[in-house]
Amino acid sequence: MNREAILKLLKQPVDWIEERTGVIAFSAPLLFHHVPRSAKWWYVFGSATMMFFTIQIVTGVCLGTMYAPSAANAWESLRYIDEEVPLGWMLRALHGWSSSAMVVMMAIHMLQVFMHGSFKYPRELNWITGVFLLLTVLALAFTGQVMRWDQDAYWGLGIGAAIVDRVPIFGDQMRALMLGGPIIGGETLNRFFALHVFILPGAAIALVGVHMTLIIKNGISEMPKPGEIVVPSTYRKGFEERMHKNGVPFFPDAAQRDMVFCGVCLILLVFLAAYYGPFGPGGMPDPTLINTNPRPDYPFMWIFGAVSLLPPASETAIMLIAPVVGIAILVAVPFLSNSGERAPSRRPGMMLLAVFVVMAIAALTWEGITSPWSPVMNGWSALPTPAQFVKGRTPLQMQGAVVFQYAQCRNCHELGGFGGKRGPALDEIATRMSPDQIVRQVQQGGGNMPAFGKNLNSAQMTAIVSFLSTLRPANEADSTIPGAQLPLPINSPVTLNEPLTGREVREEISAGVSSR
Amino acid sequence: MSDNTKSDAQKEGCVGCGCGGGNGSSGSLPPVAAQDARRGFMFKFGAGLLGIGGVLTALPIVGYIVGPARSRYRNEWVDLGSTTLFPSGQTRFATFLNPIRQPTDGDSAKTACWVRCVEAGKFQVFAINCAHLGCPVRWFEQSKLFMCPCHGGVYYQDGSRAAGPPPRGLFEYKWKVEGGKLLIDAGRLPGLEESV
Repeated sequence: MNREAILKLLKQPVDWIEERTGVIAFSAPLLFHHVPRSAKWWYVFGSATMMFFTIQIVTGVCLGTMYAPSAANAWESLRYIDEEVPLGWMLRALHGWSSSAMVVMMAIHMLQVFMHGSFKYPRELNWITGVFLLLTVLALAFTGQVMRWDQDAYWGLGIGAAIVDRVPIFGDQMRALMLGGPIIGGETLNRFFALHVFILPGAAIALVGVHMTLIIKNGISEMPKPGEIVVPSTYRKGFEERMHKNGVPFFPDAAQRDMVFCGVCLILLVFLAAYYGPFGPGGMPDPTLINTNPRPDYPFMWIFGAVSLLPPASETAIMLIAPVVGIAILVAVPFLSNSGERAPSRRPGMMLLAVFVVMAIAALTWEGITSPWSPVMNGWSALPTPAQFVKGRTPLQMQGAVVFQYAQCRNCHELGGFGGKRGPALDEIATRMSPDQIVRQVQQGGGNMPAFGKNLNSAQMTAIVSFLSTLRPANEADSTIPGAQLPLPINSPVTLNEPLTGREVREEISAGVSSR
Repeated sequence: MSDNTKSDAQKEGCVGCGCGGGNGSSGSLPPVAAQDARRGFMFKFGAGLLGIGGVLTALPIVGYIVGPARSRYRNEWVDLGSTTLFPSGQTRFATFLNPIRQPTDGDSAKTACWVRCVEAGKFQVFAINCAHLGCPVRWFEQSKLFMCPCHGGVYYQDGSRAAGPPPRGLFEYKWKVEGGKLLIDAGRLPGLEESV
């Protein structure tokens, strides 16, 4: 047979299917629609997000074949997948790392769209479906954290429940609806399971469908250039002309960059997953094991940080209203400005806003990770007292160091860079407070410090104050008498480290006698 | 198409489907007005039936999902053990199985609390949950403080707020002593608007 006969033979079944389904006519525009020539590396992040979403579905279904969605067994089944099932750990690792990657790619994609003004006419609904996709993906991340059913999941749900519970009037009902009852238990996990594997992925797939349809309908925006402004009445015609004249087909011209980037992402994903392994599960979900330090996953760390910084008087209002306002603002973005300049250089205010939001989220995430407001629960029992704070001290002062440790002061106060950060570091406290002020502060508390008056007897108080009064840098006066010279530079290792020999002592005494 | 086949098709369509000739497009059928009236009735009838059927189907579904929000779960008196387990002047850790539980709860039905014996026969029983966002507070005997690991809520030994973000003191269970045993009124997860 010659070449043409073979082609004809191959074409027959294709034609047969096409005639009955129209699949080629339907999908050709998906592949070959024209995109701007200028759409280069900035445009790869949406594709990467979708690739990770696909991986989530595939690995998620795989995990679904082993995971036991039951509060009594979920944690055990994850341990089993991690430790017994061949490659189970790898599937969990892929699912976990790909989830993080999806959130990151999505955030970058969104930031790019915002900074390039791509949400302007006619792509307002592209942006809005994107906002709902973001919310869906974050919901998937949170419900996924619940699937781990470890201590973080349990107490994370507790935090969620406590926030929902603050809703006026309906708080109690809403909490019960969320938890599936008045406690965190079996029904809670199964509710979140239904959300995580049925409702949210379904919603995400539907939204991706709309998002993609809109991309085909409206085209991909060009790289913004200063002076090329969006005028809604003429934009579409001009855009379509430019695409017709200068555009390139998505496949392969634009897709090749997506392929390179997604390929790199995939290889990185596999390496990260293989090297670092799966996320958790952490401690077993027994609420009576309270020596736990609940922390959310990274996508929510900034919220965890934010809720600790709210003033108690208004925190309920802020916790309930801020998310609504935040989402409303995101949805409103294309309505607030849907025409005009797209170039970042012509929208300095928007760029500042973007930088501000990114920095705020980064800073709050860092705060959440370090949690300086949290007491170091084992600070008092686990941290040594740095030698320079006890060297050369009197027995009373050293007793004070013991009381300081014993009264758990270290849980909130640093010495030598170790300890809680809730209160100020006390390395140099004697330069700021006189002994009387220290007594008052310890007794009565204040400024977010509990009062210790009832819990320390007078001997302990004397000891602790005499210890704290020695905490100052060498050669610096204490705050008792401003400008006073110290009798001894207390922290100076030169004088205190080397004990005087008998001869030196005698010489000192005789020198003292002779000078008198 | 010949007249013959056309009328056959119409006849078939009308007899077969009972649609009132709605799929045809012409002439030898009942007048258009009558068709429209019948179609209008059928449409309303269909919409009504579908509506009733839809509501009937939706009722159990919605009821099933919102059930937990509506049911009246009842707290019960739970035995924490002999009062001798809680010496006077001390604060001790206690655990119990939540009276509100489901077969699949596993360990999550276990609940912890702090029992403070103020003096013989007088107790305070605190929920484990911080009043800020529900994390488990820990008791520090030496400084007589409860501390929370999440956002740094601190409480005095009587449960009152000492420092940090909590808007109130620790939640307290109702308690009673019966037959030498300490009982608490427990069940639902404590929330801000109540005292357990």
